[in-house]
Amino acid sequence: MIMREITYRQALNEAHAEELERDPNVFLMGEEVAEYNGAYKVSQGLLDRFGAERIIDTPISENGFAGLGVGAAMVGLRPIIEFMTFSFSLVAFDQVVNNAPNMLTMSGGQFNIPITFRGPNGPAHQLGATHSHATECLYANIPGLKVCTPATPRDAKGLLKTAVRDNNPVLVLESELLYSSKGMVEPLDVDLTIPLGEAEVKREGSDVTIICYAQTVPLALAAAEKLEDEDISSEIVDLRSIKPLDEEAIYNSIRKTHRVVIVEQDRPFCGVGAEVCYRIQKNIFDQLDAPIARVSQEDVPMPYNEKLEKAVLPNVDKLIGAVKKVCYA
Amino acid sequence: MQPAERDEVEMLSLMLLIRRFEERASQQYQAQKIGGFCHLYIGQEAVVVGAVAATRDDDYLITAYRDHAHALARGTSPDACMAELFGKETGCSKGLGGSMHYFDKARHMYGGHAIVGAHVPLACGLAFACKYRKEDRVTLCFFGDGAINQGAFHEALNLAALYKLPIVFICENNLFAMGTSVKRSTSLKQIVDRAEGYDIPGEIVDGMNFREVRDKLKEVVTSIRKEPHPAFMEVRTYRYRGHSMSDPASYRTKDELEKYRLDDPIIRLRAQLTREGKLTNEQFDNIDKQAKQTANDSVKFAEESPEPPLEKLYDYTYVS
Repeated sequence: MIMREITYRQALNEAHAEELERDPNVFLMGEEVAEYNGAYKVSQGLLDRFGAERIIDTPISENGFAGLGVGAAMVGLRPIIEFMTFSFSLVAFDQVVNNAPNMLTMSGGQFNIPITFRGPNGPAHQLGATHSHATECLYANIPGLKVCTPATPRDAKGLLKTAVRDNNPVLVLESELLYSSKGMVEPLDVDLTIPLGEAEVKREGSDVTIICYAQTVPLALAAAEKLEDEDISSEIVDLRSIKPLDEEAIYNSIRKTHRVVIVEQDRPFCGVGAEVCYRIQKNIFDQLDAPIARVSQEDVPMPYNEKLEKAVLPNVDKLIGAVKKVCYA
Repeated sequence: MQPAERDEVEMLSLMLLIRRFEERASQQYQAQKIGGFCHLYIGQEAVVVGAVAATRDDDYLITAYRDHAHALARGTSPDACMAELFGKETGCSKGLGGSMHYFDKARHMYGGHAIVGAHVPLACGLAFACKYRKEDRVTLCFFGDGAINQGAFHEALNLAALYKLPIVFICENNLFAMGTSVKRSTSLKQIVDRAEGYDIPGEIVDGMNFREVRDKLKEVVTSIRKEPHPAFMEVRTYRYRGHSMSDPASYRTKDELEKYRLDDPIIRLRAQLTREGKLTNEQFDNIDKQAKQTANDSVKFAEESPEPPLEKLYDYTYVS
């Protein structure tokens, strides 16, 4: 099998095309997905290939078209709803939080909602406070939703294909800053799916476990390179899914390293790291040789100014500092 | 294809069943057998029964939280409806939804939705699926006058018009959104004008007159089946009770209520049928007796039904 190097954007595009080809119930709907070929070109060429009945442009009405997707899913269609960014999903919060995940319970098990909400999530570059939300902690809080956060082209393709086939509402939280990143992916004739709720060790190490996801994965890998020069060996655990959470993968790594840093792209208060941290101390407290460290955003609305934005976000230096602290180095 | 004409005496029976069911539900609520909120439909029966009489059983139906009648009209058993109010496992949503969240998949009743206006986009999704699959079903989307000032409602109407979806938006205008009258909530003189803003054909219908609801809706549905498009009906009706069980409805006068009671949809259809020699007083009394009996039986059924087992608490969060 010869692997190919493709972009994260291309990987997502292939995932759409393959699922649209495989299942006539799948359709893509969102702002600028059809004639414009996608605000970030993820849906490039799909309109030409699958037609206007399945690749559907919408007005700027997130609440409306997200709800339309949920309704269509009630009768067995499998919508992929693109949010131009998950910051805009907040306008559709009621549909994503109240309708999609509650329907199964409210109907006594009669209606499951096989829908995928996807689009870029988290801070990009100087977009200011309204366009920089990392929503994973908001959505992971809701029972009935599944949340995944692919960091590589391979994970993006495999997780999106799995999400579309899942019978529950799944959020695929992509990242604008990763769309042009490249990585190795199986050839086109391989039906690549990656299970939800399965983390991946992106780099093996022995001194410290760095838990990361989405944009913080490349950041953690870069930090690991630098730490290697100082004889600190880091194991990088990419969560890939926030919910369900692969706790075993986390614990297996900690049993080896006994030290943990969590680097997350969201905010510290009630963030993903807070939950992961709680579970580690609850379940394998005895394995820890140092308090758990977290690197998150600063707890402020995102400033526009470039220097201040950098100060808010996690970065390699902050992460290295946290690693050294837990290693008492 | 249109269904055969539904028997009007049967439709009258259905209206009586809905009324007697809700009267029993009201008593059981006061006896604290029913929890949460409970919104009664009494006075509005001709709207949903007229709609059912004009459509097919496989047309899609979705509504807001005042939903008991919509399930009963679709044929959900009174036993399952009452058991849902009691929070029992035999309920139409297994006791997990309650009064505001009735569902019946087999009868194409898609809820029972309790965030005002939030189900109107869902209705567009149902209609979208019909068009996507090239089916000739029509979606009936019911909502109250309170929903027409929600953003979701406006977005949904625009989407329906843009995509030419086979859907009828049925506004059950009972004049009050909880305690706020339409005059105090809505900038328009008449609600139907909302539709015009989206280039959707609309009309005003007398919701106390079963025949008018049925006949006007039938026309609209026939047109939609020929060529999918949205339509809007402002159905003027009245609820005799408060917004919910806890509401004494002191925001309106006794005279106003009396005026509508005299125009009662059940009395009106009964009079029409009697005048035409299609119904005797004795027949009516028998139908009513039967409705009361069915409602009483449903209470007994609900009381004797088991609670949902605690072991199943996590069974309805995700499906495999």
